Order: sequence, then C-alpha cells, then structure tokens
Amino acid sequence: MVHIVGLEDTLGSHPFAEGMDPDALRTIVGCCANAVYHPGDYIFREGEAADNFYLIRHGLVALEIHVPQGPPIVVETLEAGDIFGWSWLIPPYRWTSDARASEQVRLLKLDGACLRGKMESDRSLGYEIYKRFVPIMARRLASTRMRIVELATEPAVTPRHKG
Amino acid sequence: MEGLERILGEHRLFVGLPQPFVALAAGCARNVAFNAGDYLFRSGDPADWIYLVRHGHVALEAAVPGRGAVMFETVSEGDVAGLTWLLPPYRWDHDARAIEPTRALALDATCLRNKWETDHDLGCEVLKRFLGLLVQKVNAARFQVLDIYARHY
Amino acid sequence: MPAITEPLAPAEGDPMLPRIVRVGKRARDHNGTVTLTLESADEMPLPTFRPGQFTMLYVFGVGEIPVSISGDAADETCLVQTVRAVGAVSQAVTELQPGDTLGLRRPFGTAWPLEDLNGRDVVIVAGGLGLAPLRSVIYHVLANRARFGNVALLYGARNPADILFRSQLEMWRKRLDVQLDVMVDHADSSWHGRVGAVTLLLPRLAVDAARATALVCGPEVMMRFVAAGLSDTGIPDSSIWVSLERNMECAIGLCGHCQVEGLFVCKDGPVLRYDRVRRLMGVKEL
Repeated sequence: MVHIVGLEDTLGSHPFAEGMDPDALRTIVGCCANAVYHPGDYIFREGEAADNFYLIRHGLVALEIHVPQGPPIVVETLEAGDIFGWSWLIPPYRWTSDARASEQVRLLKLDGACLRGKMESDRSLGYEIYKRFVPIMARRLASTRMRIVELATEPAVTPRHKG
Repeated sequence: MEGLERILGEHRLFVGLPQPFVALAAGCARNVAFNAGDYLFRSGDPADWIYLVRHGHVALEAAVPGRGAVMFETVSEGDVAGLTWLLPPYRWDHDARAIEPTRALALDATCLRNKWETDHDLGCEVLKRFLGLLVQKVNAARFQVLDIYARHY
Repeated sequence: MPAITEPLAPAEGDPMLPRIVRVGKRARDHNGTVTLTLESADEMPLPTFRPGQFTMLYVFGVGEIPVSISGDAADETCLVQTVRAVGAVSQAVTELQPGDTLGLRRPFGTAWPLEDLNGRDVVIVAGGLGLAPLRSVIYHVLANRARFGNVALLYGARNPADILFRSQLEMWRKRLDVQLDVMVDHADSSWHGRVGAVTLLLPRLAVDAARATALVCGPEVMMRFVAAGLSDTGIPDSSIWVSLERNMECAIGLCGHCQVEGLFVCKDGPVLRYDRVRRLMGVKEL
C-alpha cells in the first residue's frame, strides 16, 4: 500500500500529470511502474511491439535511427519532465525509432495495453490522456518541421565512399 | 446542416465516429473554397480554423528570409491542413496556400474545443483522431529530417 | 578483391575477367549523376542482363566499382548504366566521354522477380538513385502492361532538383494505366507536386494487398521504413523485395565479410526477399 501511494505521488508530481483529475490519476497508477536504465541501455528498439510510454523523472534519453554505416542519427533528446513513446497510440503499435539512455535514467513506465483497455471503457480517462499528448505532439511536429525548413536551406551533404 | 453532417462523417478523419458526435462537431463546421494561389491562412494569424480538405491540394510552407518559401508538406483529399490550432497560443507558424482549387470543411476551433471541454466523451473521440494524425505526421517529418536521399543511408 | 592490373581479352566464362566497352552516349542528370550508354568495342555482343543486376565497371588506371544497370533489358544493342560521383572511381566513371573505353565485368547479382509479377498488382517504390535499377523493371512492366493488374510507382527524392529521370517520369505520369506519385522532402513554391515522406503514400496505394508484389530500392533506411509500411498495408513479407547493396563490390561472394546469417548479400543479393532480410535490416552492420 505504501508502495502504491509512493507511485501515485511520483506520477502526480510529473508535469505530464499536472492538474489531472484525481480519479484518472488513481486509475493510471494501476498501469504504472518505475524503471531504471544505465547509460547506453536500449529502452526500446525500432520495429518492436510498442506496448508502453514513458515519463522521464531523471536523466537524458535519445531517440535514434540506426543507419548501415556510422553512428545512429539522434532525432531528438528528452529530459526530466518530458514524455516519450507514442507508437502505442495508433496501429500498428510498433516503435519507429530506438530509444536509448544517454546517462543513468529513471522513468515511469506506463503500460499502453493496460491504458488502452481502460480508456476504451472510460472515455473521460481517454480525454485526460489524449488532451495531454496532443499539445506535446503538436509541439514536436512544429519543431521537426522547422528542421526540415532549415535542412532545405543547406546544401546537400554527399558522403564520400571508397568507390 | 444535414449536408455538413454527411460531409463531415465521410471525411477520412471522422469515418466511424459515432453519429451524435458527428452532429455535435458539424455544429462548428462550414464549407469553404479556395482558388489556386489563395492562402487558407498565413503565419502569425490566429489558428482558429481547422481545414478538413475535401478536394484539391494545399502547400504548407514557411518563409525563409532571402530565399522565399520552403514547402515542407502538401495536403490533399482526406487530410487536414494545419494542426497548430491544437497548440497554445493557437497561432499559425506557417502558411497554407492552395496549389489547386481546393474545397474544405472548416471547423471553428474554439467552438470545437468548447464542445469537447464540456463533453469529454466527444473530446476523447475527436482528440484520439487528431492525435493519430499528429503521430503520423511527426513520423513523416522525422523521415524527412533524416535527409536519407542525400546522405545515402 | 583481386587487383586488375591490365585489361584482358573478353572471356565469357570467367567472371573475374573484364571485357572492353565504349561509351556511346553520356547524359548528365542532377547532382553529379551520369547515365552512360555502353556499346561493344570488340565486335562481340554485349552481355545480356536481368533487371536488378549490376556490372563492375573498371576505369583504367583508377579502379573498379559496381554500377546499377538502368536500361531496357529488351534492347541488346547497348547497356545503360547510371552512376553518381561519390568517390574517386565513381567520379572517374562520371567523367567518361563518348568514345572513351572502359573495362566491364559481366552482370552480377540476383534480379527482380519479373516472372512472379505476371497476373499480380505491382508496386514499385524507389528512393533517390534507387530509381536507376528499378527503371529496367519499369520498362518491362510498361512494355508488357496487359500482363499485370494495377501498377503503382512511387518515387521519393530530396527535392525537385534531385528527381532522377524527370522527363521520363513526367511522360509515364500521363499514362492512364499507372498510378505514379512523386514525393519530395522539401521544395520551393514553384513545385506543384507532393511534399512529405514517401511512406505517407503507402496506405493510399490502389492495389489489392493480397495479390500485390512490391519492389523497393533506395537508401537502406528508406527501404527499411517503406518495406515495414508495405507490410502494414497487408502485403505479405514474402511478396516484398528489396535491393540491399551493402558490400555489393565483392560481386561474387569470394570474400567472407559480407556473409551474415547464411546469406551472402553480394552473391545472394542484391535483390532479396523481405521475409529473409527483415531481421537483418535491423542489424547495424552486415
């Protein structure tokens, strides 16, 4: 019981849950667990089933795309207070990038299948969660688009091969 | 009114949405048409309309000083032109220009927000759809940012 | 790879020996990409090829590289190859002029499964320079259009200026019996086509997934996302083909370093079935 209360406090103090309806918060805690990753650990990998999403409590997480030659491309870095993992929201529920701990990372891991089940029977819970995801995703979309625009104004980079 | 409901319910984004919600959302809708070259909205304007494209082709672009505009996405039938109305302070950060004659259903964003704030069931259903669209578009923008074709990954 | 110190007489049986060919025509495309029309320089017929294969081109005094064949397999009078300057040898190949001679080692590698396409819907997805080895398939499909169901051709490029074979794409686009879509990552305001990720086009393909075969060629990350996206539309992994060109230069699989999980990408490839390589494509190094 003490453990559950602790988790509820931890979840409630994360910016993602700020101002969340107490009933919704209590329901979500039932789908929630703590997780710790060490520097270099993969939290998930591209192509795997996307069953969770994550709230960062401490540490830095890199979303990466691996390429055949050379180091992975970091598409985004996220830190304490951020959330990541949205492939659990829409079919085919599969990760579209790798997520890796850049340093020691403490996370709250939310079970997407558990949440999806609860949201189907409780639309107001769905509303609470979707309404938090929407501006976060809209901001990511806006910033990624600005990077496309920047890229368009740079000359193309041509890699040099041995051939 | 019935016409708007039917059109809204047939748009790819709202297909399968329960009829009472379609009826609610249709209360915020009106038909709009643009000629080629017309702007649906411009950067800096309040983002107060949601454009569900029915026919045509719309360019989303951002002005770059000294270089004209850079087009980062085009939107056609069944898609939504502009999603910044989901992000406070609800102000467009890019332009939307009709490349071809374009017909759209315009939803009053404030009207829709007010409805889902008082009716969370509606909110859940509608936000879920826009969230799905956002995920799809973020994934696509990520792909574009990788600059795959130039770098030969 | 054995060093080739001097040009040798053509030897039909020995894949290690080059024969001499001459540049008939040279066409410059965008961005350092050149398409060469090669003709026989020794009275012997040119080697035939199957779409998807590549040759080893040898520039005297510079070196040898694998180059995609981008021409029509039905035309046996010439061999059309497309190359982009990314290094010393490819740079030298792109600088060859009509009349120049070079060494050519016969077509290598697996081909696109053209026989399997008969009676099926055909999806061709190309990215960047990946259109070159698929152009040979497009020639075949358009010349024998009645053999296939619906045909969809999707092409992704960095920007409008980088579109390969642009005038041909524009010509094909006028056909009523082919769905052709071009998607660029970004454009200026003069572009009237589509902008976005090529993967966005996949859910809108006008094909019957259960009876479609898909051929995908482009940068490997693009193929990874496109093949996974095609799989999501319901096309079985065993009906999706990709062209993996990592380590293609070893050409006949003599080297050990390109063997992964029992596959020689260079010998069993470049064209491989997605169900055999799906897991492999998630691996960082082959």
